[in-house]
Amino acid sequence: MSLSVADLSFSYGARQALDGVSFDIPAGRFCALLGPNGAGKSTLFGLLTRLFTTAGGRITMAGHDLDTAPRRALGAMGIVFQQTTLDLDLTVRQNLRYFAALHGISGREADTRIDAALDRLDMRARAGERARALNGGHRRRAEIARALVHRPRVLLLDEPTVGLDAASRSAITDHVHDLCGDGLTVLWATHLTDEVRADDHLLILHRGRILRDGRAAEITAGSNLSDTFLTLTRVAA
Amino acid sequence: MSWLTAFRAIVAREALRFVHQRERFLAALVRPLVWLLVFAAGFRAALGLSIIPPYQTYITYETYIVPGLCGMILLFNGMQSALSLVYDREMGSMRLLLTAPLPRWWLLLSKLAGATAISILQVYAFLAIAALFGITVPGWGYVTVLPALALAGLMLGALGLALSSFIRQLENFAGVMNFVIFPMFFLSSALYPLWKMAESSELLHDICAVNPFTHAVELIRFALYLRLEPWALLWVTLATLAFGALAIWGYDPARGLIRKRA
Repeated sequence: MSLSVADLSFSYGARQALDGVSFDIPAGRFCALLGPNGAGKSTLFGLLTRLFTTAGGRITMAGHDLDTAPRRALGAMGIVFQQTTLDLDLTVRQNLRYFAALHGISGREADTRIDAALDRLDMRARAGERARALNGGHRRRAEIARALVHRPRVLLLDEPTVGLDAASRSAITDHVHDLCGDGLTVLWATHLTDEVRADDHLLILHRGRILRDGRAAEITAGSNLSDTFLTLTRVAA
Repeated sequence: MSWLTAFRAIVAREALRFVHQRERFLAALVRPLVWLLVFAAGFRAALGLSIIPPYQTYITYETYIVPGLCGMILLFNGMQSALSLVYDREMGSMRLLLTAPLPRWWLLLSKLAGATAISILQVYAFLAIAALFGITVPGWGYVTVLPALALAGLMLGALGLALSSFIRQLENFAGVMNFVIFPMFFLSSALYPLWKMAESSELLHDICAVNPFTHAVELIRFALYLRLEPWALLWVTLATLAFGALAIWGYDPARGLIRKRA
C-alpha cells in the first residue's frame, strides 16, 4: 500500500474531529476524500503532513511510518495546502528552487527537476514570472509542480480547487488525474462531487468517520454521486 | 549535505524577503538614529556619566547609548521576525517549512540564523551612520563586536521564536510587543548605567541586573572596546539556550501548535 491509515483518532478538547479512521490507497491510484465542510478533512491533512501528531492511530507513507521515520515519510510525500504557500514576491522558479533546497536538492539537479515538474503542469513558460502576477489557476499549478520536484510517491492535496473558476478547476482536476498514470498515488480532498470520476477510489468522510470506502462507481451504484453524497451525509446527520 | 542546502536556502530566503521590504530596513535604521541624534543630544546635559568600564575616559552620552541602540535593533528585529512567523504561519508558508524532511529544530535554527544575519547587517549600517556623525569606537571594535552581535541576535531571535509559538493571532502580538520590548529595553543598561538606576531604586536595579537584554547590551558594549565581559557572555549564552529550548518545545508537533490555528 502506498498510503495506509489505521485507526486514526484525534480530538480538539472535547470535540472528536476524527474517530477511528482507517483506509488504504494502493500505488498509482487517485483517491478522492469527499466530505462536507467540518468533516475532518483538514485535521486529517494536518496529521498526514505531521504538522501535528496524535497518539491514536498509525500512518504509513510509501512504507515509512510517519511516527517512527518521519523524515523518510515526509520526503516521500508532496503536499499542496489549501491556502497558498507561494512566496508572492518570488518568481515561480525561485519558489520551486527554495522548495527543492528544503528537500536537499540544489544546483543543476534542481533545475532539471524543476523544468520537468513545470512541464508536467504546462507551466514552464511562466517560470520567470512572479507568483503575484499569476492568476489563481496558475498559482495552483505552480504549487502542484512544486510538490512534484522531489519526486514524491504520494501527493496530498487539500481542497486544491477552492476559489478557482470552473475552467481552472476542471483543468487542474484533469492534470492531477493524469499524474497517477506515472505511478503516483494521489489523495485529493474536496467537498465538490463533480471532481470525482467513476473510476476513482472514493472515501466519504463525515463527522470524523469514514462512511464509504471503495470505487466511486460501486459506491454510487448507478445513481449520481451528488445525490448519494447528500443522502449519506443527511442520514448520518 | 541536505541539511546545509536547506540552511542556505532558508537564510537566502530571509535575505530576499528583506530586500523586498525596504521600508522595514529604513524603519529599523531610523528608530535608533532618532534616539541617538535627538534623544541622546537632549539628555547629554542632563545625564553626567563617570568613567566606568570599558570606557577609559569621560564619554558623551551619545557614545554611551550606541551599544544599547545596537541591542535595540537586534531586539526589534528579533520580535519583527517573530511577527513575520505568526503572519507566515497564517499565510501558510510556515507549513511548507515545517513539512520539510528535516528535524524541526534545524529548520527553526536556520530561520533564526537568517534573521540574525539580517539584523547584524542593520547594526553595521547604524554604526556606519553613527560614525559619520563622529560617534566612533576603536577600529578593531567593529570586528570584535561581530560575535557579540551574533550571540545577542540569536538570543533575541530565539525569544521571538518562542513567543511566536505561544501567540495565536496577529492581534495579540501588539500586546506582547508592549509587554516584552518596552520593559526589556527600558529595564536594561541600554539608556543608563546600572549604578545610576541603583541611585533611584534598588528594586529596579535588581530587575535590570537579571534582564538578559542588559547582558546582551553589556556584551556588545565591551566587545566594541575589544574586551570580553565573561559574566555577560555566560548570561547571554544561557538565555539563548533557554529561549531556544522553549521555541523548540513550542513548535513540537505533539504540542499541536498549528492545529490550534487550523
